[in-house]
Amino acid sequence: MVTTRKKIMPGVWLTALRTDKFKTGCLSVSLLTQLSRDTASMNALIPYVLRRGTTPCPDMEALSERMDSMYGTAVEPVVRRIGEIQCTGFYASFPEARFLPGGEDMLPGAALLTSELLLAPNTRGGLLLPDYVDSERDKLLDMIRARINDRQGYALQRCIEEMCCYEPYAVMRLGDEKTAAAIRYQKLTKHYHALLAASPAEVFYCGSADGETVAEVVRDALASLPRGEIDDDIGTDVRMNSVETTRRETVEELNVSQGKLVMGFRLGECMEDPDIPAIRVFNTVFGGGVTSKLFANVREKLSLCYYASSLLEAHKGLMFVSSGIDAENYEAARDEILRQLDEMRSGNVTDAELASAKSCLASDLRAAEDSQGELEGFYLANALDGVQMSPSELAALCEEVTKEQVVETANSVVCDEIYFLKPDGTAEDDDDEQEI
Amino acid sequence: MTSRKFDKIGETLYTDVLPNGLRICVNSRPGFEASYAAFATNYGGADRRFRSGGEWTDTPAGVAHFLEHKMFDMPDGDNALDVLSANGADPNAFTSAGMTCYYFESTRDFYENLRLLLRFVSTPYFTPESVEKEQGIIGQEIGMTEDSPDFAVYIGLMKLLYKNHPIRDAVAGTVESISEINTDTLYSCHKVFYNPSNMTLCCAGDIDPDKVRAIAEEVLPRQPGNVPETDFGPKEPEAPDSRYAEIPMAVSAPQFLIGARVTPEADGEKFLRQKLVGSLALRILCGPSSPFYTGLYAQGLLNRDFDYELDWSAGTGTVMIGGESTEPKEVLERLSKAVESVSGGISPEAFDMARRASLGARLRGLEDFDNVCVSLAEGVFGGYCAFDAFEVLESISPDECADFIARHMAPDKLAMSVILPDKEQTDD
Repeated sequence: MVTTRKKIMPGVWLTALRTDKFKTGCLSVSLLTQLSRDTASMNALIPYVLRRGTTPCPDMEALSERMDSMYGTAVEPVVRRIGEIQCTGFYASFPEARFLPGGEDMLPGAALLTSELLLAPNTRGGLLLPDYVDSERDKLLDMIRARINDRQGYALQRCIEEMCCYEPYAVMRLGDEKTAAAIRYQKLTKHYHALLAASPAEVFYCGSADGETVAEVVRDALASLPRGEIDDDIGTDVRMNSVETTRRETVEELNVSQGKLVMGFRLGECMEDPDIPAIRVFNTVFGGGVTSKLFANVREKLSLCYYASSLLEAHKGLMFVSSGIDAENYEAARDEILRQLDEMRSGNVTDAELASAKSCLASDLRAAEDSQGELEGFYLANALDGVQMSPSELAALCEEVTKEQVVETANSVVCDEIYFLKPDGTAEDDDDEQEI
Repeated sequence: MTSRKFDKIGETLYTDVLPNGLRICVNSRPGFEASYAAFATNYGGADRRFRSGGEWTDTPAGVAHFLEHKMFDMPDGDNALDVLSANGADPNAFTSAGMTCYYFESTRDFYENLRLLLRFVSTPYFTPESVEKEQGIIGQEIGMTEDSPDFAVYIGLMKLLYKNHPIRDAVAGTVESISEINTDTLYSCHKVFYNPSNMTLCCAGDIDPDKVRAIAEEVLPRQPGNVPETDFGPKEPEAPDSRYAEIPMAVSAPQFLIGARVTPEADGEKFLRQKLVGSLALRILCGPSSPFYTGLYAQGLLNRDFDYELDWSAGTGTVMIGGESTEPKEVLERLSKAVESVSGGISPEAFDMARRASLGARLRGLEDFDNVCVSLAEGVFGGYCAFDAFEVLESISPDECADFIARHMAPDKLAMSVILPDKEQTDD
């Protein structure tokens, strides 16, 4: 793969990966904004409303026909939260020319369709159609309300809300119900124009075309993107220490049969000059997969939980341990998880644990290069961090990490918030029991 | 191994038949980190009455699925799922009406994981205690499945369409039928259906085809076995006797599934063509940009919870079109009108658009190794090579598609199963 990265328009960056590995090519455009409670729902709603119809293809039928005739090209909305940056836009996937009759190149058409979706919505009197806005807003509300159906995800989000109550990071990817419910088409149209004018944009391409060609195609397609004063100051604020001197604990009850424990940690001082490979290896030794300390001890050896794993949010300098437990094991599981971290702090990391974690992590990272979707996410996150590295390059760096680096990282980590979603005793069945 | 290049899709396939009868397909994918292996037997929930050289044997519904659950137990007390997971693989299995498939994906130690896969699937180990325990577990699974509206609407349709064929029963069987299963049933069905001559191994990844072959030869039994014969019962009547069924359940809106039967071609090449013609014809009839779907969507009679498929299993072909609608009968009527219109001829534009969309979807499917291996295995059992689909797709004509719809989906051949909201349950 040959990677190029350059600024192609004011506030618009293109990362292009040239490769013949795939049958399809992909092109994504993400508008970046500072995550905020007031705008998160509107930013999340905009691509879904835009996907309903454009000036040339006013409804979904016309859009479907156009995509069918482009050999099943698909352009779909994507909304993400990376650290405290909200990324909203479209992801297009289209067959490579060399597999099509007549070798027809789909890239220009896919770029044009993506730009029409982004820049030329179906409007009346310059306003987004009330029908489209209302029905997509109601679907967004359903999605926000549905978060409680995923108990583990819900507990994680609640832990984040409690832990980061003074930080924008507490805002969900799709925003909250109250602000979403208040969205109307006039207000959304106004915000849509502001979003287009002020947001820096990241464009990602992966496929057989070279970076120069892609840059030209994208510049042409996005020529009418309004560029006002670009908000270049967006970023993620990293807090090193815990909010209070002692860690906080929150217990809430819900009709679940299995308790959900989430423990939130700040990565601490190591975030001043973060050594990402060391942090990743530390996280994997601690709680990533079947050879990790949490799995081997808390689950297998002591049977204190159904699953226990740790999750890294390196952009924000956070780590979360997520575990499914019986309510009576709450204290024991919590203490054992903290004890396993203490073990690592005091240098108790075996060669086998380290080797297994590095091998696991490296092969997962390299496998990301098998999927355009994963590559896109990886490079977008890199771009926000100002890093330029392929997954295999990061894998190679992870393989070099020493035990000393892992122990040093463990010593920097502090527990800030413990959240427990406790069964209220009304659930009938063990319907949500799960394993990693 | 024999290699064959498919220039249109830029792929190479290595195939061979071992002396023991095992058919191997390896799709070599240089540059990919993850590899995938599927080990499948031509044995599913519908293969209940069979013979392997001798007398006909009848078995209770649910044996193939029960076997799949029990195969992971190994004689040393380990569970093959745990062993493979600990070795960095991501293993799983499924049983359909016509096939049982065990597979894993792994990013390292592929050959070691392959050895494990072949060994555990070819080593039966059942005890009366573990069978009894599994009867409880599968019994609960069956209970949960029977409560699901998706399953109820599907089984309702199969009962309308099929009078004799065992595909009308659930793959997992019933609590009663699985209570008849014992260790003897499992050992004898394993012996009949899990012999290499009745199986295939399909792999994809940056792997060495000769090494895959060598491992299969080393681990699996040397002797070829019999390919068992299956009896699916008397021939089905020309058209279904009854064409509508409804049951009440706790759903928020009515669920419907409309279906029709198709007799699969016996010859492999013709079968592949029939499958492709059928899926293209259905896309034209009721795909996302069809006048039928977009018209009903705009009127609010259909929503995004709408899908269609053609299922080919155990000597059957079944068209299924289903979703959620406040007016299922109106949907059926409009579908019948669409059938009439498509049967009368398909415009070159509509046909070209559908074929393009289908080509794109199939190309995208090649990125998914899971899909590649299962499609190859279906091809091995169906007598064709799945990668030939791209060549065949180009030669299909609009008339073939119109003819498919006219022949199999005439109004008297369509049946509809409906789940209606149960007033008493949903109002409180």
